[in-house]
Amino acid sequence: MPRIFAYILHKDGVPDDSFGELLSAAKKIDPAATPTAIVVGQDVEPLCAALRTSFFEVWKISNTEVAYPNAELIRQALVTVLPANSILLLPHDHFGIDLAPGLSIKMNAACLSDILAIEDVKGTILAAVRQEFGGQVSTHVQCDISSGAVITIRPGAFKALPNISVNGSVVDKSSEIGTLTARRRYIETIVSESGDVDITKHDILVSVGRGIQEKDNLGIAQELADELGAAVSCSRPVVDAKWLEKSRQVGSSGKTVKPKVYLACGISGAFQHLAGVKGNPFIIAINKNPKAPIFQVADVGIVDDILEFLPELTSKIREMHSVSVK
Amino acid sequence: MEILVCVKRVPDTSENEIAINSAGNDIERDDLVYSINEWDNYAVEEALQIAAKSGGNVTVVTVGTDEDEEVLRREMAMGATHGVLISDEMFTGSDAKGIATILKGFVKKGNYDLILTGVQAEDGGAQVGGMLAAMLDYPFASLVNSIELLDGRKLKVSREIEGGNKEVSEIDLPCVLSIQTGINEPRYVGMRGIRQVASVPIPTPTAKELGIDPATVGANGSKVKRIGYFVPTVGEAAEMLSGSREENVDKVIELVAAKGGLK
Amino acid sequence: MEGIQSPAGSTFWFIPGHTLFLLMHLLGTALFAYIVARRLSPLIRAQSDARFNRPLARLQKVLKFWLGQWKHPRYPSAGTIHILVFAGFILLATRAFTVLVSGVVDGFVFPGLSGELGRVYAIVTDYAGTVVFLCMLIAIVRRLLFKPARYAVPEKYGRAHTADATFLLALIALLMLVDSLYEASESAYRMLQGQPSGVTAVLSMTWLLKAWFLTFSLGILQQIHLASYFVHEVTFFFLLCYRPFGIQFHVETSLFSVYFAKLDRGTVKPVRWGVPDDHLDQVKSFGVKKFEDFTWKHILDFYSCAECGRCSDNCPANAAGRPLSPRFLTTKARDYSFGHYPVFGPKNEGTPLVGSIFSEDQIWSCTTCGACEEECPLLVEYIDKIVDLRRGLVDDGNVPQSLQKPLKSLESRGNPYGKMEKKRADWTKGKEFQTACPVKVLDGTNDADALYFVDSVTSYDERMQSIAQSTARVLRASGMDFGILGAAEKDSGHDVRRFGEEMLFASLRDHNVDAIKASGVRNIVTSDPHAYNALKNDYRNVPRVEHTSQVIARSVRSGAIKLDGGENGKSVYTYHDPCYLGRHNQIYDDPREILDAIPKLKRVEMKHSRDRSFCCGGGGLMLFYEPQEDERIGVKRVRMAAEAGANVIVTSCPFCLTNIEDAIKVGGFEGKITVVDLVELVDQHLVREKPVAERDQVAASV
Repeated sequence: MPRIFAYILHKDGVPDDSFGELLSAAKKIDPAATPTAIVVGQDVEPLCAALRTSFFEVWKISNTEVAYPNAELIRQALVTVLPANSILLLPHDHFGIDLAPGLSIKMNAACLSDILAIEDVKGTILAAVRQEFGGQVSTHVQCDISSGAVITIRPGAFKALPNISVNGSVVDKSSEIGTLTARRRYIETIVSESGDVDITKHDILVSVGRGIQEKDNLGIAQELADELGAAVSCSRPVVDAKWLEKSRQVGSSGKTVKPKVYLACGISGAFQHLAGVKGNPFIIAINKNPKAPIFQVADVGIVDDILEFLPELTSKIREMHSVSVK
Repeated sequence: MEILVCVKRVPDTSENEIAINSAGNDIERDDLVYSINEWDNYAVEEALQIAAKSGGNVTVVTVGTDEDEEVLRREMAMGATHGVLISDEMFTGSDAKGIATILKGFVKKGNYDLILTGVQAEDGGAQVGGMLAAMLDYPFASLVNSIELLDGRKLKVSREIEGGNKEVSEIDLPCVLSIQTGINEPRYVGMRGIRQVASVPIPTPTAKELGIDPATVGANGSKVKRIGYFVPTVGEAAEMLSGSREENVDKVIELVAAKGGLK
Repeated sequence: MEGIQSPAGSTFWFIPGHTLFLLMHLLGTALFAYIVARRLSPLIRAQSDARFNRPLARLQKVLKFWLGQWKHPRYPSAGTIHILVFAGFILLATRAFTVLVSGVVDGFVFPGLSGELGRVYAIVTDYAGTVVFLCMLIAIVRRLLFKPARYAVPEKYGRAHTADATFLLALIALLMLVDSLYEASESAYRMLQGQPSGVTAVLSMTWLLKAWFLTFSLGILQQIHLASYFVHEVTFFFLLCYRPFGIQFHVETSLFSVYFAKLDRGTVKPVRWGVPDDHLDQVKSFGVKKFEDFTWKHILDFYSCAECGRCSDNCPANAAGRPLSPRFLTTKARDYSFGHYPVFGPKNEGTPLVGSIFSEDQIWSCTTCGACEEECPLLVEYIDKIVDLRRGLVDDGNVPQSLQKPLKSLESRGNPYGKMEKKRADWTKGKEFQTACPVKVLDGTNDADALYFVDSVTSYDERMQSIAQSTARVLRASGMDFGILGAAEKDSGHDVRRFGEEMLFASLRDHNVDAIKASGVRNIVTSDPHAYNALKNDYRNVPRVEHTSQVIARSVRSGAIKLDGGENGKSVYTYHDPCYLGRHNQIYDDPREILDAIPKLKRVEMKHSRDRSFCCGGGGLMLFYEPQEDERIGVKRVRMAAEAGANVIVTSCPFCLTNIEDAIKVGGFEGKITVVDLVELVDQHLVREKPVAERDQVAASV
């Protein structure tokens, strides 16, 4: 079995949640694997030390030039330090998308991206599951890993492994990376305007439609969202009525969202709306009208008035929270 | 500035459920209509807008068969100067690396300052642009959602990163950028526009003409192979909860918790 | 004793009067001719327009709308004033001519007016002048004190022109006054001299002045006589040459605008007049992009607008706060014309209109409901201009993102939703429905007398499928042998055309025409007014088409369909006229007749009904467009129904049903008002030859 590496994303000294998922994926490739973490950045010593409880080996690449994770520079570093035929795992996010394809070319390795599951490894053939057409169909793919592979994992698809409490070591590879030359130079990060909620970044959405009836009732949805750590999104009529900002609208003329759980509250389920719900979330629909089309696409449906149902749901969850705090 | 945009024709599946054929090795394509991959359309629009400022031509290229010509025509109707269909039987079954290899062969025959792709294709994995850049040894940026021309063969680009934030960088030309949807508002192409470019010749270079090594493309050159399709579990219709309101509330809490929603 | 000196026979600043006035006439007329020629220059550069045909129909328009002032009473106070002034001007035309000529030819009398007729005419003109004078005073007071809302100019559309309007009104009043002074001074002079003084109409302005003048000296009267003539002369030619600079130009252009007005309702102008469909590929640019792309008639419209504001007062888009006001569409274009084709100075042509005087949102905001055109006293056209401007935008690729997807789906799938063709007839396939009411698909294996053309929204939209099912049941009950095209039917393209995508429309139309011909039917019936209008007015060479309301009304009359009661007496119905059934096709009575045929049904009319019906918000592609608006048009409409005391709105168009249903929810009318399609209502009230239990079941499913 080739050696497996997990690229650890981090911010402000804290590792990204994805590292547990990468560990999990590594175990799917090789149950006996002891994956090596790669940490690139500046002043990452405490982070490397912390990761020792999850990885037997942590490779540290500390360099001022990669203080910001510039994929071009990191690619140069990784090509130099990674042994031949190794497997690198990283999350399929904006960094993975930026790094993986080019890195695979430079390593002459296979590139497998955005996988949801790893089925098995037979010889040098790794079988995995991907999705196509916005999650409408899944595919079985096979990847020849004989000369190594760069694999990106869909965030959330693998259940993160709990802390395995090992006592790994930190290996400093900083001196082995050679000279880095940037033709793409990071300037700054522009933070999106605050004060508004980015519904595309939430795992749970409490989405309201016409069933909310009037602006004053939005509080009902917001309270539930607060309890769930969710955001309130909506269908077009709610925006039309100027009850919520356009940025909260889900649909073909609004935002495309990919939550895990989608609570469709008083939403009829017009195709224009559903076009904005991607990524095959678990949809719970609550609607007064038993014939509402939303029930055709939802996973679970409840025929009820949201103005009565949601407050009860909220108070029940609140009750649970207060119990668990005690 | 000479700009190349790599595009792909994909089934337009947005409004219709996709079925798997009986053999399970492909989707049911009989009732599908095809169109340009959405991301690529934004890339072409962006190229046109840049060319309008900087001067120069926009070339659209795709790897495929005669059927794929229609998307080239559509993008030419938008305003692209040239369309090129790279076509060869030996390309069948190429993976992303194979496609990038073919495109590299084409790029080497020309002189492009900027190469754009879409971030990903409906049936792809967001790989070709980054691979092409690495093969050409050009700098690359993915998920680009704004481009600004700077003096001295440089661009200022921003990438869409987490939380709706923008990562701003400066990048040297020539480079490859993968374009995110929403970067612009693509212009409309009507039937009239397509008809007007109907007789513009579209060159169809082959592997040999581009000097592509047959071993690096096609099914045999691919390290990643799609073996079969299946439909992810989507219920026919919702499971209707018929209990009392209180029971339903409990059930919803249970379900949300099971999906990782309640911590 | 010497008589009063005429202006022609007097001397003004050492110049003989007849010479001075001849010079003034020649100069004034020449200047007017020059100004008009300059005003006409953009018309010559404009696109052609087929307006020289069908003279009888055009004369009829002139008699009804120009001479008959047909539209004016729709606004009673302004309308009455205008009719009086218009009549006054017509009556005074001969008088004015006589007065003008008499400045050159002493003692000129219009041929035929020397005898008794002349005396009668003199009395008539005395009154006419008085009425016009008073109307001008009233109009000035109205403008300055009462300020009707529709005259206001919102800041975004420029400055109010109250001053200009008042100035012009005052000038006309002055003209009437000096004419009276001229006549009264002469008459008083003669009377004081004991000569025959001619007739003066009792209580007219001239009569009053004359009575007063009898206290004046002869010398002063002579002065007044000459001075008033001079002022009359100057005012007349000033007005003549000033009118082409503003709204008063309609005095000259209205006759032509009305004569050349559009004759066929419900139609849309071709891309280029005189260019057949199969030559359209050779047309370099579609639609209106620059001013000269308008047809000459459309530019003439701009000149003819009197800015009465009735179009915008009835425009649903304007009422909802969308960035569209038909009045200002016209005035902006007129200002453009005046600015770029100045009377003095070089012209400046060819600048794009959208982005300068028009905005894209403005052009897309129109629902093509036709209320503006229905109201315009001068038959100014708007829909064709909007469609032409949209064609220009489409040709340049400037189509709102929200419309691009449905347009693309229409191209690839024949419906705006992108649904599969084979699902078009899915509404017939419910088990219960299919057993009770099998619907034939005319795919070559079946034939039928009539085709039910369903169109996209009714075929695919789950709510609207109920209209299709009701239609099928009602047609079946009426004994009609009908079928549908199923997957072979594509969108009628009605609104594709009105949104400016002519080539896509043509392809949809050609496909449907072939499919309809292949089906071998002899009649077409549709439940969608948009499809009805397309088949009737946009398509050629298809069998006769009727809307379901026409078929049902006939069946009710003949007794083929019987409607029962079942009304609880609590429901108060009102009928909402869909634009493409009512205004564009004049079907107002059939739907009302059907409603009134339902025993015990209580029906009220909304204030805005029939040809003044207020649009629901727009159908077809308008459902996909996201206009900027303060309030939904549909919400306004539902409020009107509530104000009329209705609690059920009946309409006969799937788009009206969609918009009004939405508006009821958005506007907070749930539980207070419901909406139903006419055919659904008929279906519920149909007396069937089936057991009652089954009927109730069917009705309940509607």
